Amino acid sequence: MQSLTRKILMCLTGLFLCFFLIIHLLGNLQLFLPAKTAQLQFNAYSHFLSGNLFIKMVSYVLYASIILHALYALVITMKNKQSGGSYKTDNRGRASKWYSRNMGMLGTVLLVFLIIHFKNFWYEYKFGVLPMDANGNKDLYTLVVTTYQEGWYVVIYVIAMIALGYHLLHGFFSAIRTLGVFHPKFVRWIRYFGIGYSLMISLGFAIIPVYVYFLNAK
Amino acid sequence: MKLHLKIWRQKDKNTQGKLVDYWLEDVNPHMSFLEMLDTLNEKLVLSDEMPVEFDHDCREGICGQCGVMINGLAHGPLKNTTTCQLHLREFKDGETIVIEPFRSKAFPVKKDLKVDRAAFDRIIASGGFVSVNTGQAPEANSIPINHETAESAFDSAACIGCGACVATCKNGSAALFTSAKISHMAKLPQGKEEREHRVLNMVHQMDNEDFGHCSNTEACEVECPQSISVLNIAQMNYEYNRAKVLKK
Ligand code: HEM
Ligand code: FES
Repeated sequence: MQSLTRKILMCLTGLFLCFFLIIHLLGNLQLFLPAKTAQLQFNAYSHFLSGNLFIKMVSYVLYASIILHALYALVITMKNKQSGGSYKTDNRGRASKWYSRNMGMLGTVLLVFLIIHFKNFWYEYKFGVLPMDANGNKDLYTLVVTTYQEGWYVVIYVIAMIALGYHLLHGFFSAIRTLGVFHPKFVRWIRYFGIGYSLMISLGFAIIPVYVYFLNAK
Repeated sequence: MKLHLKIWRQKDKNTQGKLVDYWLEDVNPHMSFLEMLDTLNEKLVLSDEMPVEFDHDCREGICGQCGVMINGLAHGPLKNTTTCQLHLREFKDGETIVIEPFRSKAFPVKKDLKVDRAAFDRIIASGGFVSVNTGQAPEANSIPINHETAESAFDSAACIGCGACVATCKNGSAALFTSAKISHMAKLPQGKEEREHRVLNMVHQMDNEDFGHCSNTEACEVECPQSISVLNIAQMNYEYNRAKVLKK
């Protein structure tokens, strides 16, 4: 496989994940509703998603994207490590942003986070035993809220979202470059859009556990 | 001015090299960096030592033959400058300067500061040309090209092939070099004819030479003596994706 084909795979899987994050965040915004409404609505929403055939297909694309993205990240990063030179005195860092040089490290943080995140919610919802809410839906809401009562989990979550923010800040722009957009005006627009997108996504996801933590701390 | 040099000395491709200390007592700040190395070599030859080998040719910043890592920066502290166009006035009196060869897996060190950049030649040979019939030179204006297109193609063609992009890239990627040639050709009507073959062959050759992937850190453009734009890389990606989609 040629190097640019590998990059296209990174780019398409990464962009799919970027798209998914928007939907995921919009769904999570329901957690901001008053507790009673939030519980019923969030659980009904989760029930709807897990029962829908279309969503089921999308979820397989999602699993495949995460796995392929992480796999090709490993292949690409290893090859790059071998190809790049090292110097006794190295000041090359002045020419680029630290996060653009450490996508593999940021991605590893995300992978570790994803494992924790899947175990906490996805695994429990699909394979664990959850109590039912008043409408007879699995009570994912209460699981989420109790999880965010743990201070250390909120800290992990926020750290992961910082890593996500930087990964996206470079990743989104890089993906569009990999697609081959070379018109200077659109390149500029996409860079601004990418900054806004990365900020919204990382802040949006980070605020939820912090909000829930302080809401219930009182 | 006085200088303390730490220079990479390596006997040949297969020998382990090391940094060796040299001191120059009385150099003129208006000397170019290469003249400073000439001065050192003169001293070394007179004391029966092997001179430091380094590549150079035009010494006017146009050929791309020179190029070393100076204090961990390709072509030294000035941005968008070749090593031969760098002058000692950019350094402080008494400063320690570390000089190493451009490094990457695709650029093996031949001796001291000289590296083998033939990988670049093989990339060009794999597609960096347009096929024309031999015979009389064709009439220059028979193919209309507007001024903006000609200028833009020339900006891409301005790459001097020094290898600073590869040396600066943490991945040792040759994306800027290869893409400059690909988009130079893709921008011109003469080059459009063979564009699919060209991009696929050149990318294939680039991979065969053990260059890394492009992570789009954009460090290459910052250090490039000719300020070759990273948008060339974007255009190469476009040409590549287009060729892949259209491939029969
Ligand atoms: C599973 C953990 C992850 C790992 C190990 C990882 C690793 C990487 C690496 C190493 C790169 C850079 C490739 C290069 O240097 O060219 C990259 C690029 C990218 N990543 Fe991730 N990543 C992960 C998760 C994610 C997530 C969750 C998203 C989005 C929501 C994402 C979106 C992107 C995008 C858009 C790119 C740019 C692709 C390109 O350069 O063309 N990644 N990832
Ligand atoms: S010697 Fe020709 S560019 Fe430096």
